[in-house]
Amino acid sequence: MAQSAAGKSNKEQKYDRQLRLWGDHGQEALENAHVCLINATATGTEILKNLVLPGIGAFTIVDGHKVTGEDNRAQAATELLQELNSDVSGNFVEESPDKLLDNDPEFFHRFSLVIGVQLIESTCLRLAGVLWNAGVPFLVCKTYGLVGYMRLAVKEHTVVESHPDNALEDLRLDQPFAELKNHIQSYDLDNMDKKDHSHTPWIIVVAKYLEKWYNEHNYQLPKNYKEKEAFRQLIREGILKNENGVAEDEENFEEAIKNVNTALNPTKIPSTVQDILNAEGWKNITAQTPAFWVMARAVKEFVENEGEGKLPVRGTIPDMIADSEKFINLQNVYREKAMQDASVVSKHVESLLQSVGKVCVYKSKKKCKNAAFLRVVRCRSLADECSVELVNKDEITSCMDNPDSEMVLYLMLRSVDRFFQQHSRYPGVYNYQVEEDIGKLKLCVNSLLQEYGLNVNVKDDYIHEFCRYGASELHTVASFLGGQLLDVEFLLNKYGFVMPKTNLFIPFCLNNQKFLFALGCAAQEAIKMITHQFVPFNNTFIYNAMSQTSATFQL
Amino acid sequence: VVDGMTFSVMAVDSGHGGNARDWDGRWNHVQKFLERPGPFTHPDFEPSTESLHFLLETCKILVIGAGGLGCELLKNLALTGFRQIHVIDMDTIDVSNLNRQFLFRSKDVGRPKADVAADFINRRIPGCNVVPYFKKIQDFDESFYRQFHIIVCGLDSIIARRWMNGMLMSLLIYEDGVLDPSSIIPLIDGGTEGFKGNARVILPGMTACIDCTLELYPPQINFPMCTIASMPRLPEHCIEYVRVLQWPKEKPFGEDVPLDGDNPEHIKWVFQKSQERASEFNITGVTYRLTQGVVKRIIPAVASTNAVIAAACATEVFKIASSAYVPLNNYLVFNDVDGLYTYTFEAERKENCTACSQVPQDLKFAPSATLQDILEYLTENASLQMKSPAITATIDGKNRTLYLQTVASIEERTRPNLCKTLKELGLTDGQELAVADVTTPQTMLFKLHFTS
Repeated sequence: MAQSAAGKSNKEQKYDRQLRLWGDHGQEALENAHVCLINATATGTEILKNLVLPGIGAFTIVDGHKVTGEDNRAQAATELLQELNSDVSGNFVEESPDKLLDNDPEFFHRFSLVIGVQLIESTCLRLAGVLWNAGVPFLVCKTYGLVGYMRLAVKEHTVVESHPDNALEDLRLDQPFAELKNHIQSYDLDNMDKKDHSHTPWIIVVAKYLEKWYNEHNYQLPKNYKEKEAFRQLIREGILKNENGVAEDEENFEEAIKNVNTALNPTKIPSTVQDILNAEGWKNITAQTPAFWVMARAVKEFVENEGEGKLPVRGTIPDMIADSEKFINLQNVYREKAMQDASVVSKHVESLLQSVGKVCVYKSKKKCKNAAFLRVVRCRSLADECSVELVNKDEITSCMDNPDSEMVLYLMLRSVDRFFQQHSRYPGVYNYQVEEDIGKLKLCVNSLLQEYGLNVNVKDDYIHEFCRYGASELHTVASFLGGQLLDVEFLLNKYGFVMPKTNLFIPFCLNNQKFLFALGCAAQEAIKMITHQFVPFNNTFIYNAMSQTSATFQL
Repeated sequence: VVDGMTFSVMAVDSGHGGNARDWDGRWNHVQKFLERPGPFTHPDFEPSTESLHFLLETCKILVIGAGGLGCELLKNLALTGFRQIHVIDMDTIDVSNLNRQFLFRSKDVGRPKADVAADFINRRIPGCNVVPYFKKIQDFDESFYRQFHIIVCGLDSIIARRWMNGMLMSLLIYEDGVLDPSSIIPLIDGGTEGFKGNARVILPGMTACIDCTLELYPPQINFPMCTIASMPRLPEHCIEYVRVLQWPKEKPFGEDVPLDGDNPEHIKWVFQKSQERASEFNITGVTYRLTQGVVKRIIPAVASTNAVIAAACATEVFKIASSAYVPLNNYLVFNDVDGLYTYTFEAERKENCTACSQVPQDLKFAPSATLQDILEYLTENASLQMKSPAITATIDGKNRTLYLQTVASIEERTRPNLCKTLKELGLTDGQELAVADVTTPQTMLFKLHFTS
């Protein structure tokens, strides 16, 4: 999308607010993506709404549920969602996921992401297995009463731009590169006129006083609080005084003093990035190695050679009190060094690719600037999570030290799945069932705990509460409805979807705010997966609308 | 598949119109929460079949804002069963709203948000009656606000929030110093910015209010004038220069034509001039998008964050309306930049809160201090953060306006008072000063204490 002063395209205007978050390249990734939604329940379509509005390239709804009438649920949902954004193309497949898995499992290979809503456990695990092997990320979404649940399953997800909230600046004051050293040299604080002195960037001020400090402290950085205080005092003494010996108002020196702590942060490679650079899996570059890992390897080679143990310079500095010229000159010193480092990394990339017979086609500059912000997320498979041998017992039992931890809600969701398996319905759907089902559900809980060898206590209150929910969906947690929570026949008879092509706007989930909370989250995690920006959760998210709390577990 | 949506359609098709609104089973799911006892319900909760009736027929909700949060809120509330919903929004629809404000289509651009939103909901959800107001919240008085059971805000302005907060405080009735609970109207407030958001429950007179936690909203940082005027370093400084200094000087589109951030011709002009300014100082980075962002103070926004926060708010509305669960106590923070993070805490009431504490506010100044000193205090103090306070006092038995900014003629007339000392103005120790400001619907009373 070209930016011209003359006029912006309608699309750019429409997407303006979100482009400021993930940029044009993020939007491009979104528009090239094809997402699959399984089950066009109100909840599923609510997630899609939050993907259609920002302009996902295409979606396909897979839903075999017939309605009493002519229209299939998937088709109706597709039409309504397309109405939200004409840039998006919608498709539907009138088939149950189980049938597709039977007849054409490779159907799912084409998608950037598959979102499964209201899947019964057996279908969910089958699908998870296929997607895991095909390398297609899988996002599972459920709501039950006042509880929301999300599970992300992906072998390896790389994040180029994590956009951390509070990133440390990359100023290199402890190990200034040659050009920075020279630039600092060009300043003579002791012989400047007042105006220049008061408008010298604080980075220079700190650098100069650091030199003084080094001379008196054997070239050691100020280390502890006492030394840093002494260093601040040293700077404070450098503030110009008027003829009466009273300190002048020099804001730049005040800034220097304020920033001493962060300025003296030792330049080092964050551990998350170290892990990436040293990742075993991608040690040998081949023609199939994904771009992210070729880049990581190139950065590693830079670090071990030209970088002298340091990452490529980021090249940005914060704004600070200074006159325009001094600030721009200083900023350019960092920028030019960053560009230099980036082109060295590019050369490494080129030679790595050449060595496996490929040509470099992608731009590496962005990745260089963000070298410190590279992240990799690896989520365990659902198979592992549910396997008796590999279940994450430690995580579960340690969370359950607090019996009201959100972990208990996870255990209840698993138990409710078990109940469905045994009774082909969910507990407490009808008032008369509630009492009896409490006992039956308790048996499911106990058998679950026993099977996995989990020595934890699930309070009766939660068993009662889950029966009370009766698989209902208060609009807010999200109409979880659909086939998962209700008896299938009951569903088709009572909740069958009749929708003439006129009125109804399907995305109007008749349910749960809680679900909507979880769905809003789901849509955002989907966007993260597609754009490779911002860090997705790993790997289980539970939202409790009763207490408005949430937790993320790695199961 | 929507619970009963099918039945709804059939009912409408067979011509029953608005009366056949509650087909069999339509509210099954909601009823489970209202009619079944449970271990986590509110201590005062009693399962009953009447709660549903209250929810559907009687409960009156006011939604403030029909934008990103507002659209989601209206949908959520309507689908939960609330039928008496009023919505206020003073804006019209813009193209840039369409990426998340899903009740609007491109054909609606230019129309009032409140009207289009209400229309959409009323047509799609049988039985729901959303009443729109294309107005500012300040256009209404106590008698209007008093009619609602719960008020939910999806605002984008701290000033507006504070005003609403102040309005609900003014509705509180105290008898012999004891708060009458029936005068409390719960306020549920949501806010979003990019991938961050928050939702809070305010029970006026009982829990922390907006002003109790004013420090949570740091004052907007404006660039210092000297930077903009003579020492720009960032592209933003160049844009501000054009907006604040060059436009008023050159009046490029006419004598009384103010800069309109929504006018692409205006932005184009600012963009070009900003580029010129930037090249004078070798500053790079001025783009059209940045220009518009700075001029309009744009906050990035996406559909998903609004969906999350609106859901959290609507959950609280449901809890309070039904007494089914203990409401959020009282502040939820949400951030999904890195994974998904929520944090819930109880914001505390401020003992001397200017809005809700009923403690008279003190002003301590020397008699030789000037009115300007008081004005600066009112605007700069972190707990007050007033915008353009108007100060009046009773002097020699007469009510005198000491300074008022919002009316040009009065501003001119009272401006000389700013340089006068409090003594010169005839103010005495222990005197009451009445201060009015956009941040509050009620006049605030201060007691002046002379220091030596």
